[in-house]
Amino acid sequence: MPVIVGVSVVVFSIIHLLPGDPVLAILSGANATPEQERELRAQLRLDDPLAVQYVRFLARAAAGDFGRSIFTRRPVMEEIADQLPSTLELAGTAILIAVVVGVVLGVLAAVRHNTWIDRAAMLVALGGVSMPSFWLGLLLIFVFSLQLGWLPATGQGGVSRLILPAATIGLNYSAVIARLVRSSLLEVLGNNYISTARAKGLSEWGVTLKHALGNALIPVTTIIGVQLGNLLAGTIIVETVFSRRGMGRLAVTAVLDKDYPLIQGVVLVSALGYVLTNLLVDLSYSALDPRIRHRDAAEA
Amino acid sequence: MLARLIHRRKAALVGAVILAVIGLTALFAPALAPYDPIQVKPAEALSPPTLAHPFGTDQYGRDILSRAIVGARLSLLTGLGAVAVALAAGVVVGLSCGVIGGWTDLLVMRFIDIMMAFPGILMALVVVAVLGQGTVNVMLAVGVSLIPTFVRLVRGDVLSVRENVYVEAARALGCWPSRVALQHVLPNVVAPIIVLATVAIAWAVIIGASLSFLGLGPRPPIPEWGVDLSNGRNYLLRAWWISSVPGFCIMLTVVAVNLVGDALRDELDPRLRSLANL
Repeated sequence: MPVIVGVSVVVFSIIHLLPGDPVLAILSGANATPEQERELRAQLRLDDPLAVQYVRFLARAAAGDFGRSIFTRRPVMEEIADQLPSTLELAGTAILIAVVVGVVLGVLAAVRHNTWIDRAAMLVALGGVSMPSFWLGLLLIFVFSLQLGWLPATGQGGVSRLILPAATIGLNYSAVIARLVRSSLLEVLGNNYISTARAKGLSEWGVTLKHALGNALIPVTTIIGVQLGNLLAGTIIVETVFSRRGMGRLAVTAVLDKDYPLIQGVVLVSALGYVLTNLLVDLSYSALDPRIRHRDAAEA
Repeated sequence: MLARLIHRRKAALVGAVILAVIGLTALFAPALAPYDPIQVKPAEALSPPTLAHPFGTDQYGRDILSRAIVGARLSLLTGLGAVAVALAAGVVVGLSCGVIGGWTDLLVMRFIDIMMAFPGILMALVVVAVLGQGTVNVMLAVGVSLIPTFVRLVRGDVLSVRENVYVEAARALGCWPSRVALQHVLPNVVAPIIVLATVAIAWAVIIGASLSFLGLGPRPPIPEWGVDLSNGRNYLLRAWWISSVPGFCIMLTVVAVNLVGDALRDELDPRLRSLANL
């Protein structure tokens, strides 16, 4: 909570204290007279002292009212509510792809440590980590829409239009997850209880999946949590590449237009989402790791 | 020892060689580029790769190879400049916080927490929104978005180094706090900083190119990889080379930086493994 209030102060102040005038931006097309300029300024209430503007902003924001977009004149909350589902859908699918592909690649690489499978998987992962999402997105469009004609390249609606953008983000993050799963699993596989499981005659896959993977995934969860915020940010690029609606594109448009209320709303909602996800991740530790659960209980 | 190191780190060597080639190309770009990267030649528009234009031309007849070579300058400069900003701020703030401690530390770290609530590129986007578009502003924006990571790392390490007896000894001898910080603490936190800075370059190049791609960085016709990649978006089917060449350049640079970064991390500070996931 203090972080969110802090974020609101920071967003509000940096955007208001530095140059870039929305009034001039709105009027740039028309040959505006100074009167028109003053009128608009008064209408948008940009004349009040900053502290007054901030308190007004915060009081309203707490009630879910971020004001109106300077350009479309629609309430910022409505704009966000329009775009959020599309982004959540994209991010959700992307996480699913990232976790599935990442864990499979990572486990394969760890179990077949130091074989060609390991090297191939890590090469793919290195490529994935190093590939800018806008480039990967364009490649996927080129191959799957333009050459093969399997999936539509851009636009909204339906699973077919979700797959490519979600895969773009998902593959980027699966690379990160794969590297982490591999190293974490290799570490866990060195433990004594793994030798015990092997000694009692379990197959290598049985050992890996039943005994090792659960423990290996604990540090992975942290990174997935941290990455969730980046994943939301990743939608900024991918939504532009695939011409999808969503928070990311809304953010870019708002920045390009210097639409202050919209920027504030989008950034605050994103930061809120980020903080909440991290909280959820923290909570999920205890579900995953009995040691943390018991320690917490002992301390309480 | 160097020979053994190189033998053990073949991948890193490959990365270093690639980086050296890219760096030298950027440095001597004007001499290396076969054509003027900005000159428009409508007659040669959308030429596929030929002997005269090894990577083809774009919709304005500009030579893609020349644009990629000259574009390397801005793309690399953005990445390096951003990391320099973050490094400078991170070391100064992190070192001061770690050494001074107390209220200063508490306040600054709360502020860093707030900065951490903006996921990377969103932070950069906000900074560009404030500063306005342009090459230098993109560099600063990416730099600012990296600052929290640097501050946290430096401060954390300073806090642990500070507990060492030799630091106490220096203090007991009556050294100024600034001397303790610079002479006794800083040299012992350099290794992880180097590792983070290397990994951060890869990240900064990608985010910088992303912002250019979104149209927030250098303006066309200035050659830059992100700008050029975006330029070819609508010609994917007719002229795939326009976007592919700058895209490949970005990827190659980042792969090379990551290869070197991974090796540095393993050599200098294995504990930083999770930083690969910056």
